[in-house]
Amino acid sequence: MMTAFLIGLGVMCAMVLLMTLVILVCDATIANYGPVQIVINGDKEVTVEGGRPLLSALKDRQIFIPSACGGRGSCGMCKVRILEGAGDPLATELPWLNAQERRDKVRLSCQVKVKRPLRIEIPPELLDVRQYRTTVLRLRDLTYDIREVTLQLAPGDRIDFKAGQFIQFEVPPYALTDDPVYRAYSVSSSPSTHDRVELEMRLVPNGICTTYVHKYLKEGDAVTINGPYGEFHLQDSDREMICVAGGSGMAPIKSILMRLDELKSPRKVRYFFGARTGRDLFLVDEMRALERSLPDFRFIPALSAPEPGSGWQGETGLIPAVLERHVTSVANAEAYLCGSPGLINATVAALKRKGMPEDRIYFDNFG
Amino acid sequence: MNGTWHLLTILVTAVFTSNILLTNYLGMCSFLAVSKEVKTSLGLGTAVVFVMAVTCPLNWMINAWVLEPLHLDYLRFIVFIVVIAAFVQVLEMIIERVSETLYANLGIFLPLITVNCAILGAALFMIIRKYTLAESFLYGAGSGLGWALAILAMAGIRQEKVNQSKLPRGLEGPGIALVVAGIMALAFMGFSGMGGGN
Repeated sequence: MMTAFLIGLGVMCAMVLLMTLVILVCDATIANYGPVQIVINGDKEVTVEGGRPLLSALKDRQIFIPSACGGRGSCGMCKVRILEGAGDPLATELPWLNAQERRDKVRLSCQVKVKRPLRIEIPPELLDVRQYRTTVLRLRDLTYDIREVTLQLAPGDRIDFKAGQFIQFEVPPYALTDDPVYRAYSVSSSPSTHDRVELEMRLVPNGICTTYVHKYLKEGDAVTINGPYGEFHLQDSDREMICVAGGSGMAPIKSILMRLDELKSPRKVRYFFGARTGRDLFLVDEMRALERSLPDFRFIPALSAPEPGSGWQGETGLIPAVLERHVTSVANAEAYLCGSPGLINATVAALKRKGMPEDRIYFDNFG
Repeated sequence: MNGTWHLLTILVTAVFTSNILLTNYLGMCSFLAVSKEVKTSLGLGTAVVFVMAVTCPLNWMINAWVLEPLHLDYLRFIVFIVVIAAFVQVLEMIIERVSETLYANLGIFLPLITVNCAILGAALFMIIRKYTLAESFLYGAGSGLGWALAILAMAGIRQEKVNQSKLPRGLEGPGIALVVAGIMALAFMGFSGMGGGN
């Protein structure tokens, strides 16, 4: 009886070991593509280990392509142009590529395996993107569901970004995820602070990252981030500014306002912040302080459903309607919008009705 | 002559009269999931034919030369699965190395069929039916061809008819596919006859 059992166990282990060995040998021979050269944007050359997905091969060389799903082909964010060496898009990429992108040889870098020398094109600012190891300096609840996270960079490290840009926050494996995942968050601190990064995160029920930050993260914990990213940032002009945000859309606008404050900018700035009830308002004192120190800034919070009896004196209604009442002319203005797709679409429509050209409306869609 | 005829019968039977998908209803998940377009189902079908034709004799050898002499019949399931999974992995690496087009058309489906129960089913049937090595190769190839034939027919129907038709909401997707599969299975019964002759 015992021998039969042992023979069974032995054969089973031997089979599994044999198969593993076969796969390992094949992996080291058939699937070994050796070092491969990648030319980026025509001038920068990097050598990576072949046979791996482009996204992770580049990551090893400290080049970070934004991606939210960690390389499983389920977010469609890690697009790069591959001019040479990759063949046709795979079936796993096609759902993410429109006709124009297919013509432009856009590919999902997590699905393309590096097998031959590649020539690729990525936005040049991505070459400035770096990974930073940080520790949590402070956690502060701004409302019942929005938490401010302040991250301290390693001593001597510095981050350069533009007001309005975002970073990616790495969530390590924990109860809700077996693989590390990355989520994008706008920086809410001023770009003149180079050794700290402040984020504002709203709790999404069952959200992998927000649950981690709200329920698991503690002060002193290590956090890895990479960045900065994003086309949404303070423009170098002297136009009037119309800022609109809802919820954690406050973050990039706050960064922009702090930058303006440091520059003592004389620009006329009107900041409309949409919330449901008084409970959803935050950083009001900070905004009022900015009103006093900036030459021409007004903070206009608006509640869409103020609690009866709360004594709310400010604006009520949805942001586009409030905007209509306050903004008379957009002739010399540009707009910065940040929040949910619903808020952004409605506000863009309202601004266009007022006659604002589309190329002066900058937005960061938190969809 | 008689031997050749016998082998041919096994092949044809596996393709038509006892089609592993339509008579045993094995391999349904990928059958339902990947039968929306003819082109992709052709890729998946080819991959299944190839994997079945190779893993059946491979598993036969392991069964006849390792498991049976040691009286380890009860390990069949788990050993077969390990062998199939390893073979599919290696095959994927080879295809990826050899040809980009082949990989794009066929290779990406391979991980899908590691867990295709039709492939394990065929390996277990061939043992129950006490096939020889040559017979199990033909049985594997035939079962694969039968599966490919069924998914291609299904994809043709879905692409040309189902996708163009207005369906009640509750029947969309897998619902109507299962109805179609049932009717196809009825049609395939025609190959063996209704009288229960065999």
